[in-house]
Amino acid sequence: MSQGGGRSAAAVTTGTMEIVVALLFFGVGALVAWDSWRLGASWGMDGPEAGYFPMRIGLLICVSAAVVLAQGYRHRHAGRETFVERGQLRDVLSILVPAVVYVLGIQLIGIYVASAIYVAMFMALLGGYRWLRSIAVGAAVGLSAFVLFEFWFGIPLPKGFVERALGF
Amino acid sequence: MDELQSLWQGFAVALTAQNVLLMFLGITLGVLIGVLPGLGGANGIAILLPLTFTMSPTSAIIMLSCIYWGALFGGAITSILFNIPGEPWSVATTFDGHPMAQQGRAGEALTAAFTGSFVGALVAVVMITFLAPLVAEFALKFGPPEYFAVYLLAFCSFVGMGKGSPWKTIAAMMLGFAMAAVGMDTVTGQLRLTFGSTELMRGFDFLVAVIGLFGIGEILLTMEEGLEFKGRSARINARVVLETWAQLPKFWATSLRACLIGCWMGVTPGGATPASFMSYGVAKNISKNGHNFGKGEMEGVVAPETAAHAAGTSALLPMLALGIPGSPTAAVLLGGLLIWGLQPGPLLFVEQKEFVWGLIASMYLGNIVGLIVVLTTVPLFAAILRVPFSIIAPIIIVVCAIGAFTVHNAMLDVWLMMLFGVAGYVFKKLDYPMAPMVLALVLGDRAEDSFRQAMLMSQGSLSILWSNWLVGSITAGALLLLFWPLITALRARRAGGA
Amino acid sequence: MNAFARVRLQHARRRLTLSACAATLLSALVAAPSPALAQGWEPTRTVEFIVPAGTGGGADQMARFIQGVIQKNNLMKQPLVVVNKGGGAGAEGFLDIKNSKGDPHKIVITLSNLFTTPLATGVPFDWTDLTPVSMMALDQFVLWVNAKSPYKTAKEYIEAVRAAGGKMRMGGTGSRQEDQIITVSITRATGARFTYIPFKGGGEVATQLVGGHVDSTVNNPIEAVAQWRAGALRPLCVFDDERMPYKARVTDTMAWSDIPTCREAGVPTDYVMLRGIFMAGGVTPAQRDFYVNLMRRIRETPEWRRFMEEGAFNTTALSGEPFVEWLKRAKEEHRALMKEAGFLK
Repeated sequence: MSQGGGRSAAAVTTGTMEIVVALLFFGVGALVAWDSWRLGASWGMDGPEAGYFPMRIGLLICVSAAVVLAQGYRHRHAGRETFVERGQLRDVLSILVPAVVYVLGIQLIGIYVASAIYVAMFMALLGGYRWLRSIAVGAAVGLSAFVLFEFWFGIPLPKGFVERALGF
Repeated sequence: MDELQSLWQGFAVALTAQNVLLMFLGITLGVLIGVLPGLGGANGIAILLPLTFTMSPTSAIIMLSCIYWGALFGGAITSILFNIPGEPWSVATTFDGHPMAQQGRAGEALTAAFTGSFVGALVAVVMITFLAPLVAEFALKFGPPEYFAVYLLAFCSFVGMGKGSPWKTIAAMMLGFAMAAVGMDTVTGQLRLTFGSTELMRGFDFLVAVIGLFGIGEILLTMEEGLEFKGRSARINARVVLETWAQLPKFWATSLRACLIGCWMGVTPGGATPASFMSYGVAKNISKNGHNFGKGEMEGVVAPETAAHAAGTSALLPMLALGIPGSPTAAVLLGGLLIWGLQPGPLLFVEQKEFVWGLIASMYLGNIVGLIVVLTTVPLFAAILRVPFSIIAPIIIVVCAIGAFTVHNAMLDVWLMMLFGVAGYVFKKLDYPMAPMVLALVLGDRAEDSFRQAMLMSQGSLSILWSNWLVGSITAGALLLLFWPLITALRARRAGGA
Repeated sequence: MNAFARVRLQHARRRLTLSACAATLLSALVAAPSPALAQGWEPTRTVEFIVPAGTGGGADQMARFIQGVIQKNNLMKQPLVVVNKGGGAGAEGFLDIKNSKGDPHKIVITLSNLFTTPLATGVPFDWTDLTPVSMMALDQFVLWVNAKSPYKTAKEYIEAVRAAGGKMRMGGTGSRQEDQIITVSITRATGARFTYIPFKGGGEVATQLVGGHVDSTVNNPIEAVAQWRAGALRPLCVFDDERMPYKARVTDTMAWSDIPTCREAGVPTDYVMLRGIFMAGGVTPAQRDFYVNLMRRIRETPEWRRFMEEGAFNTTALSGEPFVEWLKRAKEEHRALMKEAGFLK
């Protein structure tokens, strides 16, 4: 897989990523501070109000994010290193995207069926296993999870139309 | 001695064939629960509680407490093998346990973790046997200011460990605090940072965050480096257990400190999670191998595991002696006592002698049984690392998703887990430290609650943190630990100058 | 007599007639043959039992106890699983069942947060979104002090609190919930001001009192009984309009029935907490009847009676129309109480 991309060019540089993450931190900090200010953030009659600590926490996030940003700007020449290469990024996405689809699948068709399909597809498409073997492992995972949680532990996990059709 | 005689009778109660069988069953179930992230501790016991309704109280509590030991043991397994803390208290185990596994020393790491756990639990049980009333009395001295001081202590012992940019450390830690604040504020009953969403009301769960940050993040990193775990050639034979044991005695000082920290944090309801962090932090600061921590140092596995078990076990003491739960798990066990028709509380030791001493005896036996069970599985678990990545990776993600869901039965948590996974990947690459963040997440709201409760008590005066010798000395200890790196630096400079 | 006390008094009178109602209803239920049981609706898959609170608390304990009784006595063919959804003071659990309209495989156990949470947080739900099944019991509240303290009666204690001018500490579970409502009610009725300190759970509150970190609590009996028996706590009065009926000795000298009501003791305040079972809205009467019968059979088991006695519960149990009437009144009372206390959002 990773050989496919070879030593390819950087998809993102570290400097860019630093700035993006620092900006995200700043945004979260500002959001936290704003909502806490709305709640009341002073030191009341009997100690701090609900927003007292969160507001200061939010502001601290903003301050440290700003410093990281400034440092990133000062060392912007050093920031040209590669954060992730194109080939690597493709590898990472090749596991991340199916995982996101899998989580979506949990919501739509229930966790057991989604898990079986996910494991089977992953093995066959990314691992290069034969379909028969992949499907067997996938089905085993889904089924054993079903027995474990549905019968032994009695924990209701998300189910879909398949389980419902079978009367669970 | 009275205690010894009672204990002897306890062994007689616990050592029936049926009870021993239940111990094995309980330990095995517990390990299973502990391995599945999100299910362990309170959740797991609550789920398995109905199994015991038809048993006699003694058999039932033996089985349940064995499930508890099993979960404590089991939490370490996934932490070491896959960097996924199965339980909150095994986060600190990942710091050195997972690097060891990557170096092909998974067997050693598991053995060290299990043995450390065993030692911690044993010391705590001995304390319960002989000092229960005394220690229980001490636990009552803890009010909100004392709680806050304990949390502060746990925090300070861990701060100053980060390398890298201090600003990134602050940003990450504060993000943890901010996440801890989401949801309902205990003191005023106001909803904080929920922005009108019902889904956010339950707040960010620590477990969901660590499953994502550590587990999913690790898979993404592994993927980036090519399709395999680095520690594939794990040595797996039974000899690894004996070889590891030969190395363990030299960590006696660390173990002793870990036991003390664990027992202390378990009795004062700090709990197993802060205990494990604190023990790791203290060991790193004091041990001469400290600078190697985080790179696969066995001592860094022993310290948190021993403390976590000592704490987890001694958390049962306040429950037995006072009828107060020292941890959420103990709270569920307490509910169990009621269902079996026993009344937990100070009179339990007097009125239900057979039950109490049967339970204490089963703590000894359960831990021995537990150690045997988990040690025999070491080669088995280490062998999991040999399974090719393209089979094990999707299964890990499935297990993580189930784990994240079961924490609160919420789909949002599964999405959050994925988000935390991406964050874990990015943070790791940009050197944002994750340990201070998770510690802030786990301790943040509890520390804030007790601080504000203390402020209500003192009507806004900070002097309550020095109002008696107990809270005063803990606060002073916390500040000392906080400035420890500074102090050592000053001393080094003076020594250099002389 | 101030306006507040008058409200409480009327309330008390209403409740008396209510218990009479309950008695007739109960006997009617017991006497009537139950055809619904023979040929009614039955669950066809696992039933989810939602607890709008965390693991280990009073509601959770009762839910798991019910689960245990069902299992032990084989009262239901399909399994019942307990699911905790305690986020936002229970709002999470209530919204979940509100959004499961027409689903007969979900039931929920409620406590006072059924009324207090929507009022205090503005989260949009109401008990009318749910189908009332049955009141299982009413949980009592008792005023406790540390046994080492000098106060032998509620009157003495309240005098001391008044003299201290707000310095005495009342520990309780949560904020703007039942414990704080009672605390505010005491202040309204007697003029004695407390510093209210909220904690996360009832067990923790009782421990804080034993350790002397707070001066009093209004713990439920089951949360504090162990410490009472051990001689660490002293009950002063119970916040109900009549004494608890349990005459068996709990300590060497006292039974639950020896604890005076707060009104007798000169603190005209009362409050009891609902422990009830609800279903989602929009279910059929046959489906509801199944659970009504199930809950009745649970209440008839010896385990349940023992549980009631140990926790000194008020065993008033209602279902059907009287329960609905009770709920309507309880909601109005909570609204009034919380409005007076300034807890409304």
